[in-house]
Amino acid sequence: MTVLSHPARQPGADLVSTVSIENLSHWYGRGSTRRQVLQSVDLEIAAGEVVLLTGPSGCGKTTLLTLIGALRQVQQGDVRVFGQQLKGAGRGQRQQLRRRIGMIFQGHNLLRCLTAEQNVQMGADLLAGFSYRGRRDQAREWLRAVGLEDHLSKLPQDLSGGQKQRVAIARALAARPQLLLADEPTAALDSGTGREVVELLKRLAREQSCSVLMVTHDPRILDVADRLVKMEDGRLLQAIE
Amino acid sequence: MIGRFLRGRGIPLASLMLVRQPVRLAVALAGISFAGILMFMQLGFRDGLFDASVTVHRLFDADIVLISPRSTSSVSMAGFPRRRLVQAMALPEVEGITPVHWNLLLWRNPKTRGTRSILALGFEPGDPLFVDPTLAPKAQVLTQKGRVLFDEKSRPEFGPVAEWFRQGRTVESEISGQRVRVAGLIELGTSFGADGNLLTSSETFLDLLPNTPPGSIEVGLVRLQPGSDADAVVKRLNALLPEDVTVLTKQGFIDFEQNYWRTSTSIGFIFTLGAAMGFVVGCVIVYQVLYSDVSDHLPEYATLMAMGYQLRTLLGVVVREGLLLALFGYLPAYAAGQGLYLLVRNATALPVAMDFSRAMTVFTMILVMCMASAGLAMRRLVDADPAEIF
Repeated sequence: MTVLSHPARQPGADLVSTVSIENLSHWYGRGSTRRQVLQSVDLEIAAGEVVLLTGPSGCGKTTLLTLIGALRQVQQGDVRVFGQQLKGAGRGQRQQLRRRIGMIFQGHNLLRCLTAEQNVQMGADLLAGFSYRGRRDQAREWLRAVGLEDHLSKLPQDLSGGQKQRVAIARALAARPQLLLADEPTAALDSGTGREVVELLKRLAREQSCSVLMVTHDPRILDVADRLVKMEDGRLLQAIE
Repeated sequence: MIGRFLRGRGIPLASLMLVRQPVRLAVALAGISFAGILMFMQLGFRDGLFDASVTVHRLFDADIVLISPRSTSSVSMAGFPRRRLVQAMALPEVEGITPVHWNLLLWRNPKTRGTRSILALGFEPGDPLFVDPTLAPKAQVLTQKGRVLFDEKSRPEFGPVAEWFRQGRTVESEISGQRVRVAGLIELGTSFGADGNLLTSSETFLDLLPNTPPGSIEVGLVRLQPGSDADAVVKRLNALLPEDVTVLTKQGFIDFEQNYWRTSTSIGFIFTLGAAMGFVVGCVIVYQVLYSDVSDHLPEYATLMAMGYQLRTLLGVVVREGLLLALFGYLPAYAAGQGLYLLVRNATALPVAMDFSRAMTVFTMILVMCMASAGLAMRRLVDADPAEIF
């Protein structure tokens, strides 16, 4: 798998944590409807670490994920991803940063009009310095890595739930992220498929030495984590080893 | 450069989005084609009608045309002194001149005895008048007084003149109370101002219109030496001749006539309005299609933004969709336009044809239509919030 070899890292990148959060608070709404969803959250994720985030629904897990993913403006507190401060970061800066973060969604969110291969290539296309053919070859490699080499030219509507989620994983990894954010990737899958998908995700992330932060409700997959973080009412509870 | 282009190449998202939704694509293309056909027809009719106003004007064998400044159009030509035309001979570039009498006369239908106004041109039968070389031998018969050449393309209301003439019958009729005999047939064609045409000699013409002041003509044709610059000669003639004559190039003469119909009638307005309605209908359809397309794909666009794609890239997808729609909606409109023009030509004898400038005008309109719609649909894209898709 020469194409999928370890991506070049910036010098010194390993010296800082992938994610470093200090005293992060976040609110939704304005005036009387203003509601605090995150309260002084502190979290560190080291390079290559696989962290699982669990907790009841509505406790702020997804909000935390979108803040780390540079999809939302940070209101209060420090969020550093790859050493970059996200508080006060502009639209362009956040968009640049997102290129280095892979995202896997609860729904697969594949592009309906693209084949599996083309969907994965949308991820690979974010990489600079490869020819069209090179990027297509990478897309194929990734689909092979998730075991879908026979379904290259199928549209999402012709794939099963587990296959779609595997395409989504391939797409996220094809952009060579250094951090992977996953929001309940197994929610729409049966237990066996869910387990398979998560193990695949972990193995491939390991090979890329990519950190993973995964939000999940699913108790059957907790054991894949290096570390488990619990959340309740906008606060992080003590980590469970 | 090409390498860079290839490296920059990605998935053709815009065309895939269109192709993978065949029903929506068909609706969009049908709407654009319909708008295009409507514009082709309306503009074609307009230009065809304007073209039809200068059927005779185009035929003249002239580089420069002298008319009276009091003339407003082919239906109201005023006279000017014939010696102005002779004065034009002073310039070395001028090769020859033809004085022409031009007026609408009342022709009596030899069958029904009703009268109708016909355009009569009077000239010296030996002078060149039309570019068409077959006229000169026919014109010889006009040296006899009281003879006319009848335009067989005249409307049938003038009587079965051509038919009778071909049958060998002597066709005689009456113009302004004077007997004339048809001595031959010519082919000119009708125009706005004239439903029919006839040619006669200056002598006969003056007999038919005895009140014409002596030495007065309505049109003076000037032919130049090959290679002369008509525009320069027009300038010099304008400087040389007094104010009682207007000097035009042949094209200027044609424009003069068309301009009259353009500005003094509502034809231009009516058909331009028709074309504008086609444009608006097209805009509404394309906007609807692109807007609902963007709305349907909003989560997908948001996903792409979450992956790190720039808003600019996604706007580019919408623009490209608009471009593709414009291009593939235009082609059937063009083909249908050609077919319908043929239909119109056969049915109405109106000189409607696809010309490059109209083809480009309609394409530009369709392009503007699609780009404007894409621009409006894009505003929806700005609502794509990547934070909402988790």
